[in-house]
Amino acid sequence: MESEEMKKPVFDQEAGSLLVKELRANFAAGKTRSYDWRVAQLKGMIKMMEDHEPEILTALRDDLSKPELESSIYEIALLKNSCVLALKELKQWMMPEKAKTSLTTFPSSAETVSEPLGVVLIISAWNFPFLLSLDPVVGAIAAGNAIVLKPSEIAPATSSLLVRLVGQYLDSSCIRVVEGAVPETSALLDQKWDKILYTGNGRIGRIVMAAAAKHLTPVVLELGGKCPVIVDSGINLRVTARRIIMGKWGCNNGQACISPDYIITTKDYTPKLVDALKHELEQFYGKNPLESKDLSRIVNSNHFARLSKLLDDDKVSGKIVHGGARDKTNLKIAPTILLDVPRDSLIMNEEIFGPLLPIITVDKVEDSFNVINSSGTKPLAAYLFSNNKKLKEQFVVTVSAGGLVVNDTAVHLAVHSLPFGGVGESGMGAYHGKFSFDTFSHKKAVLYRSFAGDAPLRYPPYTSKKIRLMKAFLGGSIVGIIRALLG
Amino acid sequence: MATLSVVMLSNWSNCCNRPSGDYKFRQAYRRNNLHLRQSSHLSSSFHCLCATTLPVLEEQKRTFDAERAASLVKDLRNNFRSGRTKSYEWRVAQLQSILRMIDENEKMIIEALYEDLGKPELESFTAEITMLKSSSKEALEQLKRWMTPEKVKTSISLYPSSAEIVSEPLGVVLVISTWNFPFLLSLDPVIGAVAAGNAVVLKPSELAPATSSVLAKLLEKYVDRSAITVVEGAVAETSALLEQKWDKIFFTGGGRVGRIVLTAAAKHLTPVVLELGGKCPAVVDSNVNIEVAVRRIIAGKWACNNGQACIGVDYIITTKDFAPKLIDALRNGLEEFFGKDPFESKDRSRIVNSFHFKRLVGLMDEDKVSDKIVLGAQRDESQLQIAPTILLNVPEDSLIMQEEIFGPLLPILTVDNVEDSFEMINEKSKPLVAYLFSDDEQLKKKFVQNVSSGGMAINDTVIQVSVSGLPFGGVGESGMGLYHGKFSFETFSHKKAVLYRSFAGDSSLRYPPYTPEKQKLFKAVISGNIFGIILALLGWSRD
Repeated sequence: MESEEMKKPVFDQEAGSLLVKELRANFAAGKTRSYDWRVAQLKGMIKMMEDHEPEILTALRDDLSKPELESSIYEIALLKNSCVLALKELKQWMMPEKAKTSLTTFPSSAETVSEPLGVVLIISAWNFPFLLSLDPVVGAIAAGNAIVLKPSEIAPATSSLLVRLVGQYLDSSCIRVVEGAVPETSALLDQKWDKILYTGNGRIGRIVMAAAAKHLTPVVLELGGKCPVIVDSGINLRVTARRIIMGKWGCNNGQACISPDYIITTKDYTPKLVDALKHELEQFYGKNPLESKDLSRIVNSNHFARLSKLLDDDKVSGKIVHGGARDKTNLKIAPTILLDVPRDSLIMNEEIFGPLLPIITVDKVEDSFNVINSSGTKPLAAYLFSNNKKLKEQFVVTVSAGGLVVNDTAVHLAVHSLPFGGVGESGMGAYHGKFSFDTFSHKKAVLYRSFAGDAPLRYPPYTSKKIRLMKAFLGGSIVGIIRALLG
Repeated sequence: MATLSVVMLSNWSNCCNRPSGDYKFRQAYRRNNLHLRQSSHLSSSFHCLCATTLPVLEEQKRTFDAERAASLVKDLRNNFRSGRTKSYEWRVAQLQSILRMIDENEKMIIEALYEDLGKPELESFTAEITMLKSSSKEALEQLKRWMTPEKVKTSISLYPSSAEIVSEPLGVVLVISTWNFPFLLSLDPVIGAVAAGNAVVLKPSELAPATSSVLAKLLEKYVDRSAITVVEGAVAETSALLEQKWDKIFFTGGGRVGRIVLTAAAKHLTPVVLELGGKCPAVVDSNVNIEVAVRRIIAGKWACNNGQACIGVDYIITTKDFAPKLIDALRNGLEEFFGKDPFESKDRSRIVNSFHFKRLVGLMDEDKVSDKIVLGAQRDESQLQIAPTILLNVPEDSLIMQEEIFGPLLPILTVDNVEDSFEMINEKSKPLVAYLFSDDEQLKKKFVQNVSSGGMAINDTVIQVSVSGLPFGGVGESGMGLYHGKFSFETFSHKKAVLYRSFAGDSSLRYPPYTPEKQKLFKAVISGNIFGIILALLGWSRD
């Protein structure tokens, strides 16, 4: 065993360079460009999920104790839908888009052709390790690229399953999985890629972008941020509470970039909201949530310690109004609600990424817009629960975030017609549905002209008559054209 | 922070806007006159910002450092937050003012371009002024539509719901422009940024000082100074600007500085558009209307700022057999356009400065290259002019085939079969544009399919940029990101996804505890399997 581990070659700079070289040669040979290749890979991925669903569920349970329903919806079904959509739409996506031409280039025609970028790198995260690894791969395949996927080492079971399954079901001459942690990622980042899509946090995002700058590689950064939920009064409280719980604890136990991070509501409405949340939490997870099988665990002891520290902060520990129980050995923390934590506490200054939910109160619900915007960073998502049409409009106009959902949380992720991506600190670039295809394509502008209709007007020598005529022509003045022609 | 700026500066001093080092020239130039010019305009463009600190204005005149840059961005950010730039009315007012500014100062602009580049009036008029005016007009015409949220379909699993994509301004953006089309390439991105409702800082190129100063003067007079500002300057000023946090940086120039911009942007997670260059090839097939082809090649080379354009033709690839005919036709065409003595013609721009003049002379005089000249090569250093020059079969490893030429030299490479040219192009880094002249439909198709570049034009050069329905931008070494027409608006907007739901139709299916029945049913619903839904509801699931 030990000797086998010794023999396992390290994936270093050189290995990275060799890998990219090989993929680049296969890309250059045109293998990935054909419609048929793309379709075969997408079908292969669907088959992979169908053949191995139980193993995927098991890996996700190993890595995160992820409940089966969550795994089969958020990871498998969403991914399958991506593949199905891509298969259905691919022909249309690949079709050049005609563009109108202008009078100055008459006669001519123009189109925008989508072409693959080349060899792309996808660096994925641990919280939805299956979906966030393969969903970008679907886009990269659809657009006809060669791909290296680096899954997160913090979800090792899923990572090693991905190596095995991708190797078995997809064309390994053009699609590869490289497992590893910092050294392997650094070795990959040293290479020249045609695009890098990174899912994770802003600190690493900066490193990825700086590495990409050396090679002028465009990047997509899918980051996170503190996603706020504004709760107005006069709403259907039960549905609101359930939908907040689903986006928070029902979504990998808060370990999701689009999970509600904190709630803002009015002072008056707070007690009702807290009661409703408590009641529904008990309905969902029972009296002892540490024992519920329907909640993911905290991914590892580092994150458990980090979350404990947030809770144990002096300014915060007295503010717990629900939950707070933890089980260190099983890496579980009960759904925890905190009321009126100070704005300068740690929990209000970093992305929580776990089962803690602070509630901040304001006098008037409109004040919450300012709370969000004055934080200086733009979250990946912002949520509003309200029945007030004016307030909704104001919310959409005033609050800047990657995406917004009114009267629900997290579900926009499943709408393929909406671009998914952050802005500012929550990232750059977007994907999902056709946006994934576009993200991994270059939009090549093509103008076609014939040799007919060549006007000497464009060419030197530039006589004063030509200048007058050109001015009249470009100014769109018919009278001017006639005048210039008449001298 | 301090270390980074030092590193950046030292990197920068080896570079210039385009396409390579220009340090000596700039030093000399700054000593002579830029400094004076610059200080007077810096003070005026900052007048509004410094009104309260007039006593120290003298101090601020001299250095636009990181501190000044920080306070500039802070002011703009406050003005952006106040929401003034977001309204349709504000955007329209700015665009109209830009149009009026161009109309009322056409002569001054043309003179500045002449001073900076000896640019012929017609070229300034068509390639800079008209292009900008049509950009502004199109933005004015389309703005309402561009700003309207785009409705999109939602899925059955979220019924009832509706969704839309809302375009919102990014915030405070930086536009760093270049010297070859100093008016167009400064204001065209600004039009996009303004249309999208952003606050903007424009840094024009110090290598086109007359235009830079006209831009500073005019913009201050015509547009809302509290949200649109020009900062003039060179390396120091640009470095100070790059240290700040922007919501987008739009850079036009060379790849080396592009890398510096991108690295600086990474610190703040700022998205970047890089409009770079590259060696744009023109493939010429033998079946063409040679007269028209040649005119259009000349138009895209020497009549386009004398080859100093990122979309200008860099080199030609044609067949061995056709090369002599093509050269003859080019010779005739050039004579027809510019006369027998090319130095007499007023219809070509000059080389921008003596640094670039020397660089171009160096390319021609290289050992392996100098004996390949078939036309031109005369030079006049005092006028910064080089005659239209054609070189035949220069070696692939010569400097002229390795770097972007950016001047009036045109190498012609020959191949046995015209298709061989595709591989030749693809072996190099991806150019901003690739051109093909051919009457062969099959060849055109193959060209579009197999050659990768930012954009393409078949049977013409350069004018593809005037088609506003086409995105303009590079790929790989020629850049990232797009603009022109609606793409400019989108480049400076965030596409915010918005999903609306009601409280009705809340199915308990989604919620824990997750019973086996729920799992089956939910799986069926999510995969849109109607048959599965019915089976699950009836309890007859196949699982």
